[in-house]
Amino acid sequence: MNIGKFAELLLLLIVLTDFAVLGSSRLSACVRAIAIQGVLLGALSLVIDDPRSVHAMVLAAGTVAIKGIGLPWFLRWAMHEAAVRREVEPAIGYMASLGLGSLAVGASFALANRLPVITRVELLVPIAFATLIIGLLILVTRSKAIIQVVGYLMLENGVYLFGLTQLSRVPFLVEIAVLLDVFVAVFVMGIVVFHINREFDSISAANLVELRES
Amino acid sequence: MLLLAILLIPSAAAGLAYLLPKRGLRLALLVLTSVVHLALVAVLWTTPDATALGGWLMPDPLGLIVLTLVSVLFLAASVYAVGLLREESPRGGRLFVSCLLGFLAATSLVSLSHHFALLWVGMESTTLAVAPLIFHRNDRRSLEAVWKYLVLSSVGIAFALLAVFLLATSQPALPGVRALVLDDILANGPSLEKSWLRAAYVFALAGFGTKMGLAPLHTWKPDTYGEAPSLVGALMSGALTSCAFLGLARFTEVAVAAGLTDFTRPLLIAFGLISLVIAAAFIIGQADVKRLLAYSSVEHMGLLVLGLGVGGIGVYGSVLHVLNNGIAKGMLFLVVGNLVLATGSSVAADMRGMLKQRPWSAALLFGGLFAVTGSPPFGLFVSEFSIVSGAIREDHWLVAAAMLALLAIIFVGIGGMLLKIIFGTATTTTSDDEKATGDSALLLVGPLCLAALVVMLGLYIPPPLQDSLARAAQLLGGVAP
Repeated sequence: MNIGKFAELLLLLIVLTDFAVLGSSRLSACVRAIAIQGVLLGALSLVIDDPRSVHAMVLAAGTVAIKGIGLPWFLRWAMHEAAVRREVEPAIGYMASLGLGSLAVGASFALANRLPVITRVELLVPIAFATLIIGLLILVTRSKAIIQVVGYLMLENGVYLFGLTQLSRVPFLVEIAVLLDVFVAVFVMGIVVFHINREFDSISAANLVELRES
Repeated sequence: MLLLAILLIPSAAAGLAYLLPKRGLRLALLVLTSVVHLALVAVLWTTPDATALGGWLMPDPLGLIVLTLVSVLFLAASVYAVGLLREESPRGGRLFVSCLLGFLAATSLVSLSHHFALLWVGMESTTLAVAPLIFHRNDRRSLEAVWKYLVLSSVGIAFALLAVFLLATSQPALPGVRALVLDDILANGPSLEKSWLRAAYVFALAGFGTKMGLAPLHTWKPDTYGEAPSLVGALMSGALTSCAFLGLARFTEVAVAAGLTDFTRPLLIAFGLISLVIAAAFIIGQADVKRLLAYSSVEHMGLLVLGLGVGGIGVYGSVLHVLNNGIAKGMLFLVVGNLVLATGSSVAADMRGMLKQRPWSAALLFGGLFAVTGSPPFGLFVSEFSIVSGAIREDHWLVAAAMLALLAIIFVGIGGMLLKIIFGTATTTTSDDEKATGDSALLLVGPLCLAALVVMLGLYIPPPLQDSLARAAQLLGGVAP
């Protein structure tokens, strides 16, 4: 199997993890899916660029360590620490979510077809957009703080995927993006775990309604 | 060297402030750093060709205007902080001071970057530095506010990063041209790939628009400004939103250089008008004065992008409005902070008749009311007038008419509330001798100086500033008057 085919296989697996988060009713399954996505992203950054470059290797290792291992571990710890109930409790049904997700993938391919080709891995750009849109979808249709963080991570993964197209030209960009995004995510989650849980009985952002415009 | 000092001194001070054992020392460090920062920025005006990091950091007219605004506001806010932290004894004062200084470093980085990735890093750091400041009171409501702020800003920042990647994609690989360096992009504007650049601009508008608080991406703003300490509200509505505008303006400069104004201007006008409509709708009947100021900030962000959108002299008005709005908002938030300290509430019904209880603050609020609604002789009149006349001269008659009507509604809404606060009869009758004490000088000197500045900008603009405004407007596709 040549490199391009392998990259496309990885990208297809990434879309599958998008749908796994979208369709599963258990928080732990969502966190596992986003962890797998992190590992796939790391593998992809090795394949897209020249695999022997030190840069790609450092980047892949960092991505796997942070997005594949560190953050999911932290999320699981947060769920345990805050004794979060296991269900996702979405605002719209799972079937509707999956339907919207499929629409997002269709729209992403339509959009990518209209833009000039920039990489030899054709699936990269549409799947970057799809991951971004599905992440955004999860962020707005799920009410629990932890799953919102998962949605945010997926959105970031979409941006990261698109960033891979620019890897050879502006390599350091991707690295700072990874580092800072992770920092923000950790920051967000730190606040979620220690304060929302302390102030409210459940860790649901749906309880955060005191400030509505009356 | 000078540029690096402007970034590194606040960063170092932020670290040091966390380590210092005594509150007095920390506050002294805060004020000292802001004085040194302002002095360095003043020196920068006389040495415009300073560069650092191989051209990644460089002052230019627009960046220097934003940097000066940030520095002035920060000095006023840090003097205010000395007075505030005396009255309110907050949890973790060290984190508060440390984050304030970190905010100064991050906003300086945004103002000076000529590299889009570096600008993005600065923008991201401002989000991080501000979050603990919003969460200062450590209760349910501020928790809700900080969560909304973090989620929305993080999404906005992610969009902005995508915009940076898209911009890199649109840049063809030419020999000797550095990727994502502003000056190189502008010099080769016509060579940019248009469809990628359009995508980049849309995401930049959504991303930086969220950070600015343009409607309909403004929903974090009333909650955040309503719950954050007034001092933080002053820095966010004055300095942070101006930095976010700078981010959008950088992308606009690129779009102008690439000849994409036909695409960008209708978008900017649409966002501007929606912001004005939303602001007017929520200002009428608003009960909380800090939330009122937040919607007023939505209004002024709308005016900033409207000015860019109509082109011509409107662009000049926009750049001037960055300064005017920043100073006026900073002053108003600090003054309202004084009144909130006096009454313990930011609900307008609880704070009537302040002229008797806090004459100085009430008088400043009276001035601020006319400043923020764009009446003469304040600077905002000049900039708003330029934006309206830009709209008229560029044949956007409907836009100009809608703007004037909405500004009138907003004037009535803001005036109605603030006048009751100043002149109304107090509903609660607590012992007069206890309340009629007035504010400490430390809480007044900052807003007083800012008020003087915004009057000055209405009457006289110094020639070096005028020159910078004109050059900034040209890069953004406008003309100087």
